[in-house]
Amino acid sequence: MEPILEVKNLVKKYDAVVAVDGVSFAIRQGVCFGLLGPNGAGKTTTIEVIEDVIPPTAGEILYKGKSRSSSFREEVGIQFQSTALLNLLTVRETLQTFQSLFTKTNTIEELVELCRLGEFLDQYNDKISGGQRQRFLLALALINRPELLFLDEPSTGLDPQARRNLWDLIQGINAEGKTLILTTHYMEEAQHLCDEVAIMDYGKIIAQGSPDALIRQYSRGITVVLPRERYALKTNSFPLPVREVKDTIEIKTDDVNQCLEQLISHDVDLSDITVRSPNLESVFLNLTGRKLRE
Amino acid sequence: MSFKRLWAIFKARNYEFFRDHSAFGWNFLFPFLLVAGFGIIFGGKSYTEYKIGIFPSETKQVSVAELNIPQRFKDMQYLKFIGFPNAVDGLEKLRHHRIDFLLKTGNGPHQYWVSDASPKGYVVEQMFKASLVPVESKLNAEKREIQGSAVRYIDWLFPGILAMNMMFSALWGVGYVVVRYRKNGVLKRLKATPLNAFEYLTAQAISRIFLLMFTLVIVWTGCDLIFSFRVQGSYLDLFIIFFLGSLSLTSLGLVLASRGTSEEFTTGILNFISWPMMFLSEVWFSLEGAPQWVKSSAKIFPLTHMLTAARKVMHDGAGLIEVGPEIIVLTLMTLGFLTLGASLFSWNR
Repeated sequence: MEPILEVKNLVKKYDAVVAVDGVSFAIRQGVCFGLLGPNGAGKTTTIEVIEDVIPPTAGEILYKGKSRSSSFREEVGIQFQSTALLNLLTVRETLQTFQSLFTKTNTIEELVELCRLGEFLDQYNDKISGGQRQRFLLALALINRPELLFLDEPSTGLDPQARRNLWDLIQGINAEGKTLILTTHYMEEAQHLCDEVAIMDYGKIIAQGSPDALIRQYSRGITVVLPRERYALKTNSFPLPVREVKDTIEIKTDDVNQCLEQLISHDVDLSDITVRSPNLESVFLNLTGRKLRE
Repeated sequence: MSFKRLWAIFKARNYEFFRDHSAFGWNFLFPFLLVAGFGIIFGGKSYTEYKIGIFPSETKQVSVAELNIPQRFKDMQYLKFIGFPNAVDGLEKLRHHRIDFLLKTGNGPHQYWVSDASPKGYVVEQMFKASLVPVESKLNAEKREIQGSAVRYIDWLFPGILAMNMMFSALWGVGYVVVRYRKNGVLKRLKATPLNAFEYLTAQAISRIFLLMFTLVIVWTGCDLIFSFRVQGSYLDLFIIFFLGSLSLTSLGLVLASRGTSEEFTTGILNFISWPMMFLSEVWFSLEGAPQWVKSSAKIFPLTHMLTAARKVMHDGAGLIEVGPEIIVLTLMTLGFLTLGASLFSWNR
């Protein structure tokens, strides 16, 4: 099947700074595609160039196999990372204003139900909570029944409960068959929502694939973590590789049973042991030697 | 161009204006207070007043009738007498131009002091000397009255204050607001919709012109109820001139709004344009007698042409044909500013 969006060798420079450095990827219809990376990796610049909000320095962007035409803005929905809205309008009036800017739109009632806007529909758009605001911005992005939806850091600044609610909403939208591109620096978010992930660092894509495939490829094995004071062994006497990280030691193993047996046989107190499955955070750590939020 | 999109932005901008109660109220109150203030201060008299220091006097307030100074000097208009206990105190004020003339009470020969550096002092000195000339001496001059009713100062000032209010409202209401929207990301959000720059700018301009004309009608009516302004020409012609003026000032606001993300810098630019425009466009005082280069420089401002035309209609009963040159200049300026603003406009930071 032809991809809904193709990005080929995208470059964006600001004077001497290369924000996006030869990025290429293709997105199939109906998938949730995540751009994962630390702050400053070039994720937002990449999607803003694709959204046609800022011009590229070089590269090609194809929507449904063709260059983006004037109808592109009618067919995509955009939620920016941080945005201000027209002052002194209620949530309902803001939705109505944006509704008038597009040809084919959802009704306000549909959006109210989908994004749960009922309780604050007649409040001014700057007098609502963080979670309500994100749901409202999502409703604005959905107002033109988009086939392709861009979400830039949709859950940043939300408390865990509000984040979970938003994730449920995004999963529901994806289940309706819409294609989603989201940027995030939360690996849980990417792992929870995305079918495919491209990991970005310093303007380049350093790995791409499904979260499971990336983990299998770049972060094999289980990590056993112990407080350093519990670990009385001499490093060279233990048969598995041991790494010291701050106040803990980490042991990587493919066989957790064998590792635990070895620890017991070396009289290690296992009271505060943690066993960690590999995730996208460890993929990023293995690829770059840094944590995502360093 | 889509009228549906244009109308949506026009409506949203109007909501913003009408719901910002403090700014909305101030927009009407400011010109009204200025006109009312000047009306009370000058009360229809000329605004030129000469201050005469009198000594010795125990109080600052003096009873003019009881002063022992030439009777005809007492009877002159536009003089205000202020008492001083002695010459030293009076001279101190004269030296600092707080008074224009210092006179010792008593029978002649009279003693007076005047600063050579003060033009007003010179005028008062001539008035004082004239008051000493015997009544029977015949003047080689004949007084003639001007025909028709003279233009009161408040009538002359009123269109200036209205036009100045329009200028500030047009420049800040478009220039400053759009720059703020660019800075905080509203323009970026709108760019991500099918709305185009022409539709957005047109909606902004129409909204501002509507609000300017709305304010004009309310303030004019309110002030007219109190001061009963005299309009020799047609109200419709006056309305058309103010409409053209607001169009041209709003277009200038669009040029200022076309680029830039710094509110501080934009404030500086707005002040740089609006202050010279306020002083050189004869809002407060006439440029009659000013050097030719000052008069010529004033012609670059749309406010000058709007005010010249408005005063011709209001005070001289001119029609649109008579103010044709001003109308043509205002139209050309509008077209020039619109073209420049649209070609420079950027949504992004």
